[in-house]
Amino acid sequence: MAVSAGTIQHGATEHSESGLWSWLTTVDHKRIGILYCVSALVFFLVGGIEALLIRIQLAQPNGTFLDQDSYNRIFTMHGTTMIFLVIMPLSTGFINLLLPLMIGARDVAFPRLNAFSYWAFLFGGIFLNASFFTGGNIFEGELGAPDGGWFGYAPLTLNQYSPGDGINYWMLGLQILGIATMAGGFNFIVTTLNMRAPGMSLLRMPLFVWMALVTSFLMIFAMPIIAVALFQLTFDRIFDANFFNPAAGASPLLWQHMFWLFGHPEVYILILPAFGIVSEVLPVFSRKPLFGYPFVVFSGVAIGFMSWGVWAHHMYTVGLGSIANSAFGISTILIAVPTGVKIFNWMGTMWGGSISFKTPVMFCLGFITMFTIGGLTGVTHSMVPSDYQQQDTYYIVAHFHQVLFGGALFGLFAGVYYWFPKFTGRMLSETWGQVHFWLMFIGFNLTFQPMMILGLMGMPRRISSYPEDYGWDLWNMIATLGAFTIALGILVFLINFIMSIRNGEESGPDPWDGRTLEWSIPSPPPHYNFAKIPVVHSIDEFWHRKYVEDSKGIPVPVPKGAAIATGDHGDGHEEDEGHDIHMPAPSYMPLIAAAGLPIVAIGLLYAYPLIAVGAIVGLVGLYGWVLEPVGGD
Amino acid sequence: MAMHAPAGESHALDTNTGLDNRKLLMWLFLASECLFFGSFIAAFLLYRDRNVVGPYPEDLYDIPFTSVSSFVLLMSSLTMVLALAAIQRGNLQAMRVWLIATALLGISFLSGQAFEFTEFWNEGLSLDQNLFGTTFFVLTGFHGAHVSVGVLILLSLVDASWRGKLTTDHSLAVELAGLYWHFVDIVWIVIFTLIYLIQPA
Repeated sequence: MAVSAGTIQHGATEHSESGLWSWLTTVDHKRIGILYCVSALVFFLVGGIEALLIRIQLAQPNGTFLDQDSYNRIFTMHGTTMIFLVIMPLSTGFINLLLPLMIGARDVAFPRLNAFSYWAFLFGGIFLNASFFTGGNIFEGELGAPDGGWFGYAPLTLNQYSPGDGINYWMLGLQILGIATMAGGFNFIVTTLNMRAPGMSLLRMPLFVWMALVTSFLMIFAMPIIAVALFQLTFDRIFDANFFNPAAGASPLLWQHMFWLFGHPEVYILILPAFGIVSEVLPVFSRKPLFGYPFVVFSGVAIGFMSWGVWAHHMYTVGLGSIANSAFGISTILIAVPTGVKIFNWMGTMWGGSISFKTPVMFCLGFITMFTIGGLTGVTHSMVPSDYQQQDTYYIVAHFHQVLFGGALFGLFAGVYYWFPKFTGRMLSETWGQVHFWLMFIGFNLTFQPMMILGLMGMPRRISSYPEDYGWDLWNMIATLGAFTIALGILVFLINFIMSIRNGEESGPDPWDGRTLEWSIPSPPPHYNFAKIPVVHSIDEFWHRKYVEDSKGIPVPVPKGAAIATGDHGDGHEEDEGHDIHMPAPSYMPLIAAAGLPIVAIGLLYAYPLIAVGAIVGLVGLYGWVLEPVGGD
Repeated sequence: MAMHAPAGESHALDTNTGLDNRKLLMWLFLASECLFFGSFIAAFLLYRDRNVVGPYPEDLYDIPFTSVSSFVLLMSSLTMVLALAAIQRGNLQAMRVWLIATALLGISFLSGQAFEFTEFWNEGLSLDQNLFGTTFFVLTGFHGAHVSVGVLILLSLVDASWRGKLTTDHSLAVELAGLYWHFVDIVWIVIFTLIYLIQPA
């Protein structure tokens, strides 16, 4: 296997260690995945609190809870956090946890690059959030966070319109996060293309792996574009360049084109992993194979390609002309087709299945219903004339929360409930899971369906207050109550999560009667994953090891012992296995290399000599990395 | 797909694609770099005719001079290929010679760029002067930064081989450096053609 390419260390003892140092130096994809998920959950609380502040401010007309300036900063950070620090890293966390297990590999292709991705992400996230305290004068009660919206439209974000350091933190923070994302994307693609277990052809890969692959390609092609846009903004803001300066003849639309050429693939980066999770969970709990596997695969690939041709639907009202608007309108309508195909496939999977409505399934059902509403509202503003009415109203806010919260986040929560036992060895409480789901589902609808109505009534987005007598009071109050209902649901989830890690019911290796390879090994998996690399014969390999079909096509369990001779079955695992498996040694070099990035960013903001310090720290990390006696990555 | 199957790299065949992980990584990295340079080049072309003040490209470009430095950079691709061929034949000494030659050609190109930047600066072109200054300096500057990184990699390889860390088993390292180097060269061909040679009507 390729993972053995450069591994000389005797890993068996190294990885059983615990303690802070072992987490700082880990290169184990499962631990990195856990770090990603836990960090994303922490940022989720931060972004959620920002959402609640927004809703408190807007609960009643003429709100005075926040002043306009703070409001702008908080909604900017809410959007930026939820997209770059919650949904993306949570998806990346799942890919880290699951990709090697699902393809029968012992780790990702480049374990240390993987650790570098995580640390760069963490430093980028901390840097971005530090702006609250260091970007302005906090002692005079002034928040320093960026205030340009998550899309940061230049020229609005140039110095003359957005003075202060907030936008600087935003552009440099996103740059660091982009580097983390690209490194992750490269790693996942190489892992998927190169490290599949024998017999696992591309069309035998679990759907989640497919969606991770498409997502990774979008990452490596979309992030360079935003990187360039952010560099241009950086040169404008820090070195007085003219990329977005209309006075010098620059186009005020350049940023929008660059940003949305990145930004639209980005929304599929956010949603495709959730598509993958739902496609894994539904077959298991319907006790049926995924309906139309190749259609789900290729519609995901089609979405990946088409996502590059729809960006200007964010820009219908900027005056591109009717031909451009029509072309992008048509491409936007077309991209709904492969998305719709998937929804029908999920329904087909459940159709006639013996569905058990456990928490993961409930979140999948929430996902399908909410995402469908989100998708259909998306089709309404793919229509250019209709979009002219909806542009910059709460209808848009409702739409993208419907797809990103009702869609991506519900899907990710399904994944949390589904895979929690695999990585902790314990079950999350089913009862509290159901409570969490219903609170979140009801709260979600109370929050965002009123926004649809508000938007159609003409309430603009990004306003910090609104007058009485516009008829908006009731719906805004309901939306705020809904937001707190969601918060209550998240609180239930957190308590359940923390309690279950210690006291949850023991899950065993395969609590859900799973279909894919990760369920064939113990929970939590040993650091080397597979004592023996599995040989794959079909889609849903693990299911076919457990069941054969009788003459009527009904699955019958394989008699115990018959299929276990392969030795990699979870039940057959013994504690002393795996001592002769060489795994990559831990390394602190990725951490050092990543630490160079925020130092360079701080140097750009405050003292240029620090740029050199950061570059040296980064180079020391990189050289140490290359010269470490592991090779291979 | 590589034409050679160098000795000592047989584990590459253990992967599903038959391509070494690191080589696949390099190809993906270069693919994403296309989007990086493509975006800067697009911004340059978009803004080429929109300057409100001079100096303008046609006032400053010294095409014969830049042609020579472009030729120097192209020749460095030849020496890079010779370096790879040398290590694949097992001749480390020749590899070092060709790697150093490649690095020197790269440094010559960078010196040419530094000279050109200085000339343009003296003629009144700066980042904040006009759109040409902004887009030109940032695009060619990022290209120059890539060449500099390439020179650093080449010299690191030479250093590693002097200290015995780079042996004939590691021809892949030279091959990867070569892929990067050739890519940076190709980007320059695009830049030289689109930014220097094709002038607005």
